[in-house]
Amino acid sequence: MGNKQTTFTDEQLEAYQDCTFFTRKEVLRLHGRYRELAPHLVPLDFTNNPDIKVPLTLIVTMPELKENPFRDRIVETFSEDGHGNLSFNDFVDMFSALCETSPRELKTIYAFKIYDFNRDNFICKEDLRKTLNKLTKGELTPEEVTLVCDKAVEEADLDGDSKLSFSDFENMISKAPDFLSNFHIRI
Amino acid sequence: MSEGEMAALKEEVEEKKKVIATLRNQPWRMKKRLVVLKEAQEFVEKFEGALGKGKGRKLYAYKVMMTKILMGLPYGSIPRKTVPREEQETAMDYSVLFDFGGYCKYSFLFYGYYNNEPTIGVLKFRLPLSYLLVGVGIFGYSLMVVIRTMARNANEGGDGGEEGDFTFSWKMFTSWDYLIGNPETADNKYASITTSFKESIVDEQENQKDENIHLRRFLRVLANFLIVSCLGGSGYLIYFVVKRSQEFANMKKDNLSWFEKNEVEFVMSLLGLVCPPLFETIAELEDYHPRIALKWQLGRIFALFLGNLYTFLFALFDEVTAKLESEKVIKNSTEWVLNQYYSNYSSFYNTTDVPPPAVHPSDVIRGPCWETGVGIEFVKLIVSDIQVTYLTILIGDFVRAVIVRFLNYCWCWDLEAGFPSYGEFDISGNVLGLIFNQGMIWMGAFYAPGLVGLNVLRLLSSMYYQCWAVMCCNVPHERVFKASRSNNFYMGLLLLVLFLSLLPVVYTIMTLSPSFDCGPFSGQEKMYDVIMETIEKDLPAFIGNLFSYATNPGLILPAVLLMVLALYYLNAVSKAYQQANTDLKKKMQMARDEEKNRRNNKDSTNQVMKDLEDLLPNKSLIPPPTEEEPPPPDVVIEKGSKSPKMKPGAAAKGVNLQKDVSLAAPNPRAPVTRAPGPRKGPPGNARGPQPGPGRGRGRGGPPRH
Repeated sequence: MGNKQTTFTDEQLEAYQDCTFFTRKEVLRLHGRYRELAPHLVPLDFTNNPDIKVPLTLIVTMPELKENPFRDRIVETFSEDGHGNLSFNDFVDMFSALCETSPRELKTIYAFKIYDFNRDNFICKEDLRKTLNKLTKGELTPEEVTLVCDKAVEEADLDGDSKLSFSDFENMISKAPDFLSNFHIRI
Repeated sequence: MSEGEMAALKEEVEEKKKVIATLRNQPWRMKKRLVVLKEAQEFVEKFEGALGKGKGRKLYAYKVMMTKILMGLPYGSIPRKTVPREEQETAMDYSVLFDFGGYCKYSFLFYGYYNNEPTIGVLKFRLPLSYLLVGVGIFGYSLMVVIRTMARNANEGGDGGEEGDFTFSWKMFTSWDYLIGNPETADNKYASITTSFKESIVDEQENQKDENIHLRRFLRVLANFLIVSCLGGSGYLIYFVVKRSQEFANMKKDNLSWFEKNEVEFVMSLLGLVCPPLFETIAELEDYHPRIALKWQLGRIFALFLGNLYTFLFALFDEVTAKLESEKVIKNSTEWVLNQYYSNYSSFYNTTDVPPPAVHPSDVIRGPCWETGVGIEFVKLIVSDIQVTYLTILIGDFVRAVIVRFLNYCWCWDLEAGFPSYGEFDISGNVLGLIFNQGMIWMGAFYAPGLVGLNVLRLLSSMYYQCWAVMCCNVPHERVFKASRSNNFYMGLLLLVLFLSLLPVVYTIMTLSPSFDCGPFSGQEKMYDVIMETIEKDLPAFIGNLFSYATNPGLILPAVLLMVLALYYLNAVSKAYQQANTDLKKKMQMARDEEKNRRNNKDSTNQVMKDLEDLLPNKSLIPPPTEEEPPPPDVVIEKGSKSPKMKPGAAAKGVNLQKDVSLAAPNPRAPVTRAPGPRKGPPGNARGPQPGPGRGRGRGGPPRH
C-alpha cells in the first residue's frame, strides 16, 4: 500500500478501523488534528501507546466544537476521568460516535449521557434547566424556563418519577425526525 | 475433534466474528473495545485454522461478481434510452430557431430558416410519431415520478400532522445543529431556538385566551371576500389585455411600442409580483396560527396563478381558432392560384406535363402556423417571467440591502431593524415559483420543444444567481416552521399543476386540427391520426385488430368499473388501518396514565375507571386498615381492569409500601377470605368484617374456632 507513516503500526490501524467508523486515512487525519491541539504534548509516534491526555480547555477550541453550547458536556462524557481530558482513544471514540454513519441507538445513548449533567443516569429537572439555559443563552424568563421543563417532563416521562430515565428518553427520541441529522459532527 | 465439538467451536467462532463486526456499535470506552477486539481476533485466528478457511474468499468473489453484473445493466441501458431523443432534438432544431427567432425579430419569418418538417419526418425516422409519443411520454413519466416521491414521503413521516406529542422535548434535545461551526450561524441558531420556544409557550397559553368569535368570523369572511374580488379583478385584467393584444396583432407591427407588444406578459408578471404581498396584508385580518396562515397564503397564490394562466389560455384559444379560419382562406386562395398556374402553363405550352412552379421558398404563401404561434406565446411568457424574477431579486434584495446598509448612517430611524431592513429568503414563494415554471414548461413543451432546453439554462443560471443573492443580501428567518414536515404539500401542488397543464395539451391533440403547412402533423385531420396510420400501415395486422378490440367501449367500461371498485376497496382498507392505529395509540396512552397514577399514588383520573371503582361492592363497609404487614408479594388481583394498584412490582421500586397499602382501596374480597367454616353458624357475621390478617387471600387458612 506504500504507507510510509510511522505514527501507528498496521495492527493498530486495523484495530481502530474495526472499533470505529473511520478508515485508516481518517484515523491518521484524526491523529494530525489531535496533535495540532498540543504539539509539544502529543508525540508523533504512537506505536507504543503513550499515555497522553489533552485537557478540556484545548479540546473545546476545535472549530467543530467551538460553537456548540454542549461542548463541555460532550468532551466530559467521552473522557475516562470525567473531567474532559481526552486520550487519543477517547478522542477517536468521540468523533466516531458522533459521525454520520454512527447508528441511532448509539447516538441516543451518548445523547442521554451528554444531557445528564449531574451524571445520575436520570435527566432530572435541574438537568433540563441547564440544557435550556445553554440553548437559549438565558433569554427566557425563569417562569418560562420552569414551564418548558415541566412540559418536557410531562411529555416524555413514562414511569411518573418526574425525571427522564433512559427508556423515557429513548422512547421520545426514537420518534424525533431531526435527531439523526442534527446530532452529527463531521470531522 | 468430534463432530459435536467442531460444531460448537464453529458456532463460537461465528459469535466472535459477530462481536468484532458490531464492535463499533457498542457504547464502550475505546480501551475496552480494543481489548475485546484483540481477544476475539486471537480466538478466531486460533480456531479458524482448524476449521479451514477459504469460505470467506469465495464469498468475496461472489460479491465482486455481483457488483460487476449490477453495474453492467444501467450502463447498457442508458445510451439506448437517449438516442431517439437526441435525434428528435436535432430535427427540431430548425423549429426551435424559428420559435425563438420568431420572438426576437419577426423578420426571421421571412428567411426560410423554416424547415419543412413533414418531408424530413417521412424520409428520416418517424418524426411525427416520435414527436407525439415523446410529448405524451413526458407527461406520463412526470406523473410517475411525482406520485412515487409523494408515496415515499408519506411513508417517512406523515404530512405535518402529528407533531403534538413531544414538542417541548424535541425542541430541547434535537433543535441544536451540531454541525454549526460559524459564530454568526450559531447566533442565528440561538435566536431562532429562543423564538421557537417562545412561540410554543404562547401556543400553550393561548387556550386560555378570551376570544371574540363573532368578530373573528366577520373579519375572516371580509378578508376572503376581498381576496376573491382581487382574484376576479386580475383575471378580468388579463382577459382584457389579451384581447387588446389580438387587436394589436392586426395592426402594423412598427407602430406599436415595446410595451404594447409585450403587454400581456408584462401584466401577468406584474400581477404575480403585486398580489401576493397584498394577500399577505389582507390575511392579517384573519389572525390565524402562522402555519395555517402560510397554507392559506400559498393556496391563494396558487389560485391567482392558476386563474391567470387559464385566462391566458382561453384568450389564446380564441386566437387559435381565428388562425385556423384564416388558414382555410389562405388554403383556398393558394389552390386557386395553383390551378390558375397549371391551366395557364398547359394552355401556353400545350403540354400536360407541367413542372411545379419554381418559386423561391421564402415567397411561398404560408398559412399562419397556430402551433408555432402558441409556442411563441409560451416562450415569451417564460422569458418575461425570467426577467421579472431576476429584476425582483436585483432590486428587491440587492438594491434594498445596499440602501439599508449605506443609508443607515444618515437616516433618522434604524433602517436595519425597522422598516425596510434586509430581505428574508422567501422559501415558499420560491418553491411555488418553481412549480409554476414547471407547469408552464409542461404546457408549452409540446409546441416549442426548445423550451425545455431554455428552461434548463434558466434553472442553472438562476440557481447560481440566487445562491449569490441569498449569501449576500438576505438574513435568516426568525420563525422556523414549515408548511409541511415532508414536502408532500408542495408535491401535491405539483401534481395538481401537472394535471392542469396536461388538460390543454390533450384537448388540442384530440380536437384541434393541425396546421396545413407546418409542423410534423401537417396534412392530418387530427394529430393522433399519426398513431392510427402507423398501426395500420407498419405494424402487423393482428395488432391493429387488437387495438380496435381494446378501444371497444364494451371493454373499457368494465375496466373503468373495476378500477373504481379497487379504489373503493383500498380506501376502506386504509381507513381500517388508520382506525387500528388510533386504537393502539389510545391503549398505550391509557397504560401510561395508569402507570403514572399508580406511581404517584393518586386515584385513577380516568373517569371510566373511577366509575368502575365506585361500583365495586361494599366499599364503604371496610374499616380503615391497620398497618401491620405489607400485603403478601404475590397478591393476585382479580378485579379485571383495575390492576395496577397492588402489583408485586411495587416492592421493588422502593416506594413507601405501607402508604400504598393504606391509601389504596382495600381488596373487596377481604370479608370473604375465611373459607366457609364448619357449619356452626353463619361465618363472619357475628364477628363482623375481618381486620388485618384477613386481607389477601386467606393466607392463614380458615380460622379455627
